Amino acid sequence: MKRLVAVATSLVLAGSLVACGGDKPKPSASSDSITMGFAQVGAESGWRTANTKSIQETAKTAGIELKFSDAQQKQENQIKSIRSFIQQKVDVIAFSPVVETGWDTVLMEAKRANIPVILTDRAVDSKDTSLYKTFLGSDFVVEGTKAGEWLVKEGDAADLNKDGSIKVVELQGTTGAAPAIDRKKGFEDAMKANPKITIAASQTGDFTRDGGKKVMESFLKSQKNIDVVFAHNDDMGLGAIEAIEAAGLKPGKDIQIISIDAVKDGMTALAAGKINYIVECNPLLGPQLMDLAKKVVAGESVPERVLTKETVFDQAAAKAALPSRQY
Amino acid sequence: MRELVRRPLFWSTLALLLLIALNTAVTPSFLSVRLQDGHLYGSLIDILRNGAPVLLVALGMTLVIATRGIDLSVGAVAAIAGAVACVYIAGSDRPAATSTVVSAVALAVGVCILLGLWNGFLVSVFGIQPIIATLVLMTAGRGLAMLITDGQITTVVNPAFKVLGAGFVATLPVAILIALAVFAVTAVLARRTALGMLIESVGINPEASRLAGVRARTITWTVYVFCAFCAGVAGLMIASNTSAADANNAGLWIELDAILAVVIGGTSLAGGKFSLLGTLVGAMFIQTLATTIPTIGIPAEANYLFKAVVVIAVCLLQSPRVRAAFRSRRPVSTVKAGAA
Repeated sequence: MKRLVAVATSLVLAGSLVACGGDKPKPSASSDSITMGFAQVGAESGWRTANTKSIQETAKTAGIELKFSDAQQKQENQIKSIRSFIQQKVDVIAFSPVVETGWDTVLMEAKRANIPVILTDRAVDSKDTSLYKTFLGSDFVVEGTKAGEWLVKEGDAADLNKDGSIKVVELQGTTGAAPAIDRKKGFEDAMKANPKITIAASQTGDFTRDGGKKVMESFLKSQKNIDVVFAHNDDMGLGAIEAIEAAGLKPGKDIQIISIDAVKDGMTALAAGKINYIVECNPLLGPQLMDLAKKVVAGESVPERVLTKETVFDQAAAKAALPSRQY
Repeated sequence: MRELVRRPLFWSTLALLLLIALNTAVTPSFLSVRLQDGHLYGSLIDILRNGAPVLLVALGMTLVIATRGIDLSVGAVAAIAGAVACVYIAGSDRPAATSTVVSAVALAVGVCILLGLWNGFLVSVFGIQPIIATLVLMTAGRGLAMLITDGQITTVVNPAFKVLGAGFVATLPVAILIALAVFAVTAVLARRTALGMLIESVGINPEASRLAGVRARTITWTVYVFCAFCAGVAGLMIASNTSAADANNAGLWIELDAILAVVIGGTSLAGGKFSLLGTLVGAMFIQTLATTIPTIGIPAEANYLFKAVVVIAVCLLQSPRVRAAFRSRRPVSTVKAGAA
């Protein structure tokens, strides 16, 4: 069976070679058409779906031929598809690593084949940084810092009961996940600028609405005079809104809410005045990725770390941005 | 007193009361309940409301375990129920109407009964071991839920749908009233008719029961359908609580919480013996434990450890052998203490 497949594959390959040879005298990577192999993590969340769509659509408009594979959250699938990209001699490989480690061998193969690699959204844990050209993605620490800076700036308005201290409760993401650790750190560093801000309680809500709601229900009963909720993602913030409403308080007014992500449901709540501030974590990195890919293929030098273009939203900005929001 | 101590229910109830006492010691307002916007409001009310899905799933699980089976698919079934209902409501012509919710709930429960029929079919007709038969749906079911919601969190805005998980009737949470109603009907059917005894006999020896004229296959099949029904209603409550279907996370690990509730309640995993009242106490214990963690401020990194320590302590307390060993050593330790 295996042999049969091999024979069939080689026949197809031979056929396509002939076809290529017939069509174009020079089949090398000319500047007008770039082929990119993209190995996606999977389709585990709305954020990821938006990420995939952005890459597929911008590839089309940028005139880059995209070979897309879905790893279904498995590293071995991703390694397989990267190997097949190498065999197909694509011009550039981009991927969001499922996990951080175990990439050295396959990335070395790509390097030997002279195919540049771009990491998107997630990093790899490898000592040899020559294995990839650049890493395009969000900086979770910066996201936390932006949230903290807003509170420092708007702090006195957040101290609604005027008791001279701004009491924050934190809804953490999944314990041990990079965004949870980094966002917490960024926020804590930024809030030191105003000594009135204290974190009264902090507990994981597992990045889910249900988790956010249940933890917030407990906080509302065990903590007095909560001024601000800092949620590591919109979903937990949305859960907190429900808990605050059930307690007879007005979210966004009696208790202010800061969250991160800016997914559509979160933006809707922000525009409705139930959330006060959202730091964006942008999945739409297609345009930046295509620019980088063109530069890398053309042999231009690119910075080792490229941050995703991300913004922040207050309630007025949310109202303006909501109609054109894609995810 | 000695008679009381020997009953398994004594120890789980004691554990529940100790947990409540711990919370009250750390947060004195823990027991306070007040009226807020026409309904009761307080930590105890939260426990009742959030504990309703666990109680429902544990109820179904109790009967399954009594037949010497187990159902691992309840979490996935709960996720499917939420997904079906939310996608139906969001996609209907009138997404805010009460009638839409009624048909959505009926559809979701119907789907769950079909899934229960599938589980029961694998176990009772094909004789596949329950842990394997339901493992199929446990893994595949979540994928099915993802397929229904297209991998997105489906949000619905419908006041009628919210009632199921977050609403109140006569100042009490609707969720716990539904769970208690199912509990009462199950208790009456199991203990006032021969059904409970028949389930137990199947659990002890299905072949002997069949030879004695008990329809073992039908009974086994029925308990899996009942379990899926309970899981479906629980899934609707979970989705309703946040007005959203989260296929990835809804009902995640609820099968383990339910099994734990059943075991803490004194039902043996070996089948043939079950205690519905024990399951009620067990489910409330599990939910109180979950509420305790943020209330007394256990750090996020340590909360699984805290849960594990408490659960192990309760299981050891309940074990007659451990208690016997403890009793026989007690005089020795007294002597040691005296010598020191």
